[in-house]
Amino acid sequence: MSPETKPDFLINPEGLRVDGRRTDEMRPIELKVGVLKQADGSASIRQGNTYILAAVYGPRELHPRHLTINDRAYLRCVYRMATFSVPDRKRPAPSRREREISMVIANALKPALFLEDYPRAVVDVFIQVIQADGGTRCAAINAASLALADAGIPMKTLVPAVAVGKAEGKLLVDLGDEEDKYGGGDVPMAMLGTTGDITLLQQDGSFAKEELVEAMGMGVTAMKYILELQKEALKRAYTKKVAIEGEDDEEYEDDLETDLGEAEIAGEEDE
Amino acid sequence: MGDYSAEVISNIDRDYVANLLDAGKRIDGRAFDECRNTEIEIDVVAAKAEGSALVRLGNTSVIAGVKVLLGEPYGDSPDKGVMMVTAELQPLASPLFELGPPKEPAIELARVVDRGVRESEMIDTAKLCIEPGKKVYMVFADIYPLEYDGNLIDASSLAVAAALHTTKFDEYKWEDGSAVATGKKLDLPIQNSAVEVTVSRIGRHLVIDPSLKEEMVQDCRLTMAVDKDDKLRAMQKGGGPGPLTLDEIESSITMAIERAQDLQKLIKETIKARKKK
Amino acid sequence: MAVYFKKKEVVVPGELLAEGRYRSSMGTYDEDGKVFSALVGIAELRGNTVKVVPLEGVYIPSEGDLVIGTITRVAGNNWKVDITGPYGASLHANNALRRPYDDDISRYFDIGDVIAAEITAFDRNSGPFLTLKGRGLGLLTEGMILDLSPAKIPRIIGRSGSMINMIKDKLRIEAVVAQNGRIWVRATDTPTLNLAIKAFKMIEAQAHTSKLTERIGAMLDQEMADIKEKAPKTVEIESEEEARAPVKAEPPEEEPVPVVEEESVEEVTTAPIEEPAEPKASDEELAPAEEAEAEKDNDNTTEEVTEE
Repeated sequence: MSPETKPDFLINPEGLRVDGRRTDEMRPIELKVGVLKQADGSASIRQGNTYILAAVYGPRELHPRHLTINDRAYLRCVYRMATFSVPDRKRPAPSRREREISMVIANALKPALFLEDYPRAVVDVFIQVIQADGGTRCAAINAASLALADAGIPMKTLVPAVAVGKAEGKLLVDLGDEEDKYGGGDVPMAMLGTTGDITLLQQDGSFAKEELVEAMGMGVTAMKYILELQKEALKRAYTKKVAIEGEDDEEYEDDLETDLGEAEIAGEEDE
Repeated sequence: MGDYSAEVISNIDRDYVANLLDAGKRIDGRAFDECRNTEIEIDVVAAKAEGSALVRLGNTSVIAGVKVLLGEPYGDSPDKGVMMVTAELQPLASPLFELGPPKEPAIELARVVDRGVRESEMIDTAKLCIEPGKKVYMVFADIYPLEYDGNLIDASSLAVAAALHTTKFDEYKWEDGSAVATGKKLDLPIQNSAVEVTVSRIGRHLVIDPSLKEEMVQDCRLTMAVDKDDKLRAMQKGGGPGPLTLDEIESSITMAIERAQDLQKLIKETIKARKKK
Repeated sequence: MAVYFKKKEVVVPGELLAEGRYRSSMGTYDEDGKVFSALVGIAELRGNTVKVVPLEGVYIPSEGDLVIGTITRVAGNNWKVDITGPYGASLHANNALRRPYDDDISRYFDIGDVIAAEITAFDRNSGPFLTLKGRGLGLLTEGMILDLSPAKIPRIIGRSGSMINMIKDKLRIEAVVAQNGRIWVRATDTPTLNLAIKAFKMIEAQAHTSKLTERIGAMLDQEMADIKEKAPKTVEIESEEEARAPVKAEPPEEEPVPVVEEESVEEVTTAPIEEPAEPKASDEELAPAEEAEAEKDNDNTTEEVTEE
């Protein structure tokens, strides 16, 4: 409820932002995989003060039935903010904003998924914003993409996302809350990690064509960095799972291969 | 927490739980009066909420966040602030939770936790008045389960109590017909502390802090709000239509009082640890 | 021509695994001659085929799979069966009962009953459909159901059943290991049951480590010795025959009788046996469940190989 006031400047005379970052600097990002035990897949993201949880359930049976798609799974994304995640208490009922963001998140993730593997089923992505401090839709995509992988949903690629924008004539990467509110424009983006194709793009504020192209370029650079963080977070979580007993690595090969029903495949070659 | 006895649970699961209880054992190896590991983490939403706490009760986890707003008092209590608890059962927390507006289980959860806070007079609402009839503080404690593995009520009640105990909010003064921030931070006027403890009846057995599987086969549950003086401040029998004998109720109360004392200690320790920081 | 992963490496979706003359298979996809991972899992190379063994994932039905399901609804001549995963299964009375049967099929199996069944059909548009015709199929009673990750089931079975057979032999338990991640276990006493559960959970947690069969064996030997020390009487099994007797469905009346398959009626779990506790014929070495599941494992192995 603290009274919010516009900061005197968003970029100080030294060229640094309100939280001391350079214009092309991201906030610290912490990604964790497998944080919610009831879900089939889950992840959390802390990006500055933004804190978001994502849970994936499914593929599972779809209710209500009339939503069923016969040749692929239905991807259902629900983005919700906790009442206490923002300075003023958010009303508990879903807002129009939350519904639109749910839709653009679904569209950002869909091209990355092999939904045709699960006709008639649903893959549910539930996103809960616990603390909102700018860039929540992009942070949500970063976490949701990990939660989908954690659930074992087949996917072409992970999907990193970031918001770029502008304040006081300078292009900025990873907008904070104040830069979003008082700055000169916001461009949330997401891309397919493998190809770089853009799957989320929105814009507000005012940009010249050259400015926007440059801003998007900065976004792509930032997303490549986030993609590496996503890969690391997944590998960290799963390497831990695989190596619960790290005692006997050297003996590993035959035992695993045969016991997974892989007997009698000859001619193994290695790199 | 809710009444999930309508979910299809296999006869094998049902019999397995019952037979083990007959042999004096619970599925997770706990004693009948033994609670799951309980942890409180405070200030999990430090940048936006005035108070917040995450509680883990075994594999159940809940976040409670407190917002303190300015508002107009209710007509029948012009010199009192407002304290309100709400809950949403987001489908993020369990495959059993469905999308859509809050249904009975969420409403019951919020109301039962709210009664524990209200009836124990945990918050002195008279001290939440800025200008009688004009401006008061409105305190909202909102509950978000993150993982549902049984006994949401106790986890939520503890999270709300911990969040309220650690809430800091901006002070306002009434000046020339409007509320003005003084720049000072206040604690909530806490005058009591109550926590809720739930006991499930399964067959003729009473078990404290039921896990999800136990809730699914329970005949009913009894939730008791116990304050710092061991007084019962609110009760709710729910979780199924099964009746309770007076003896069972008395035994449940005994279990609840003992557990509540442990929880009060845990809250105190949490606050103390924070002050040291 | 290049392979970009190390042996036993955990890979993530979108990771480039190989390019050139390599073939994409399970858990991977091919784009412009490049093989990428589609899952989080362990990358493997067999010949020139690349695959990713998943570490997570729900159960997707496949024809011929043995599954354990819970009946959730009775609809006309069909039972609706929850077999976990996105696809609810149907069991038609004709595939479970010998005709003529009563119109009210809930007399035979009702909501909450647990069955071991085989998947007879499943495709993108319909199914899965189940049958109880077959050895080891039918109603399961008593014991407990353990829910594990379906991805870990091959490890629980082991090569040609080596793991599960070892556990059964050591603990003298009955168990049905189903492809959908469920395991039904019945033991003569609680300590043995708990030990079986511990063993299965240990396999699930350590599925991708080596010498697991040996470690599980050693753990069981150790713990069984401890149990014996504490309570010598409780681990006694009444008699081999009784301990291995298959599960019986109790027909509601004399007849009609659940199940089928005339040529092997006496081996079917739901067969009309008046006294369920009666010892089995001595020539029947394998409990039906055990055998069905051993067959199952063989099927899998051949399937995997021919597919390559």
